[in-house]
Amino acid sequence: MKLTPEQVEHVALLGRIKLTEEERELFTTQLNSIISHFEQLQQLDTSGVPPMSHAVPVSDVFREDEPGESLSTEEALQNAPEQARDCFQVPRVIE
Amino acid sequence: MAEYAANIGLEVHAELSTKTKVFCGCLTAAGAPPNTQVCPVCLGFPGSLPVLNRAVVDYALRVVLAFNCEVSRPSIFERKGYYYPDLPKNFQISQKRAPLGRSGYVEFPVDGEMHRVRIADIHIEEDAAKLTHPEDDRAHSLVDFNRAGMPLLEIVSEPDMHSPSQVEGYMNAIRSALLYLGVSEARMEQGQLRFEASVSVRPADRAELGIRVEIKNLNSFRAVLGAVKYEIARQTKAVQAGETILQETRLWDDLHEVTAPMRTKETAMDYRYFPEPDLMPLVVDDEWIARVRAELPELAGRRRERLVREYALSDYDAGILTAEKALADLFEAAVSRGAPAKPAANWLTGRFLYLLNERNLTAADAALSPEALAEVVELVESNTISGPAARQVFDRIAFSGESAKKVVAELGLTQISDQDELGTTIDEVIAEHGDAAENYRKGKESALKFLVGQVMRKTRGRANPKLATELLEKKLKAD
Repeated sequence: MKLTPEQVEHVALLGRIKLTEEERELFTTQLNSIISHFEQLQQLDTSGVPPMSHAVPVSDVFREDEPGESLSTEEALQNAPEQARDCFQVPRVIE
Repeated sequence: MAEYAANIGLEVHAELSTKTKVFCGCLTAAGAPPNTQVCPVCLGFPGSLPVLNRAVVDYALRVVLAFNCEVSRPSIFERKGYYYPDLPKNFQISQKRAPLGRSGYVEFPVDGEMHRVRIADIHIEEDAAKLTHPEDDRAHSLVDFNRAGMPLLEIVSEPDMHSPSQVEGYMNAIRSALLYLGVSEARMEQGQLRFEASVSVRPADRAELGIRVEIKNLNSFRAVLGAVKYEIARQTKAVQAGETILQETRLWDDLHEVTAPMRTKETAMDYRYFPEPDLMPLVVDDEWIARVRAELPELAGRRRERLVREYALSDYDAGILTAEKALADLFEAAVSRGAPAKPAANWLTGRFLYLLNERNLTAADAALSPEALAEVVELVESNTISGPAARQVFDRIAFSGESAKKVVAELGLTQISDQDELGTTIDEVIAEHGDAAENYRKGKESALKFLVGQVMRKTRGRANPKLATELLEKKLKAD
């Protein structure tokens, strides 16, 4: 499998990252070398091996349904670039 | 012309009623001021770590087992990536590859027959923040993160519904089950139940499904039914005209009652799911499953059958009572306090539902106590109060929660069953309405009804109507 510059552009768009022409070429080359490294794994027969989601054998970590500490509105909004009416203010998302 | 069949699938998003959010200890209380139930986790601050609320799994498990699903073990959480201002981390924690429940089914009656809809998957996810778009500032939207991180259960059906009435039956069955299981308040006006539908049409004699269209922005039963009807008609017409249906997402327009294509960017949605490294796999053990299964309450269908069996109610009445858990609870509690079943059921399915519909409320919102209901039934059965007086009392206790006996005493509504006392009133009525009395004597039966009505009016509903009729007849014939 070989990644095309168009696919890199698509992934960048999904991640809202703007790439220069040079960056796009650079990342295409770098990502392709990562992918070809992982492609070596394809040689192993993994049929019958369940997909692994986590690297550590730990499961069932819970908290009880008890209220914890929340922030005050003031604290929550402290780093907001813009705020209004106790809300975070963002550019309009509908017409 | 060829016959067409529709296939409809539904995704239901239900807000779970746990005390705190799914991955942090913030409260889930409705109606709190903006950004007061927030913390570093649900605001998506870097370095914060989600921890799964055990009660969310417990609630979800009830639904999974009630809908006959298999439990995925392990069940894992994944990140669903997309950018929108309502999503603080730029991904939503959800489940995809190993949802908590899969391959179940739900059955419900439609036009007297049981219909089965297969459940593809039931999974746990977090809700997004709430956006508002102020009228007085058209350049901005406002974000309230109180809703971000609220626990949601998404129930995804297979496209096993073929008509709007089946869709309605399905939605009622899901909502009723959520209430019976005590896992969600399922209030649509508060956005606690939200829907997405998929609709396709095909020639009726062909098994292969048509191109599927997804419909979003469905926030009420009415919207879902409107959108489904509209889409079936639109697609059928298009297919008949030889057009190809576009595979697309459309939005329901509540105002104009149409669906319209959603405006999309050139890039199709690509969520790039991958396992959430901050949350460990969930492996529900046999003991947990056995405990939840043992504690599953009786759902509406079973209860309906039991009410018919135990109280000799009609299937129709039992169906109405069990459609809402709170209503059936009231009924059974009143009967256990001595009320005869049939009249108690009549009050609830008749006057009570009428009053609730009029006010756009549900039984859970009313204050009617089972004791008061039992009292009203008893007062009527023992002829202590008349029918109209009982209705007056009922209308009050339904929302005040007062004792019926107290209201009867306060309003002086005790029925007049005393011949002498009623006789005086009847003499007055006959004197005041000589024409009607004359008409009756000439054989006009309906005049009697009018005169009884006047007696009821004069006594403000307190006269025993049966006695009043008898006395009137006697006096008119004697004169």
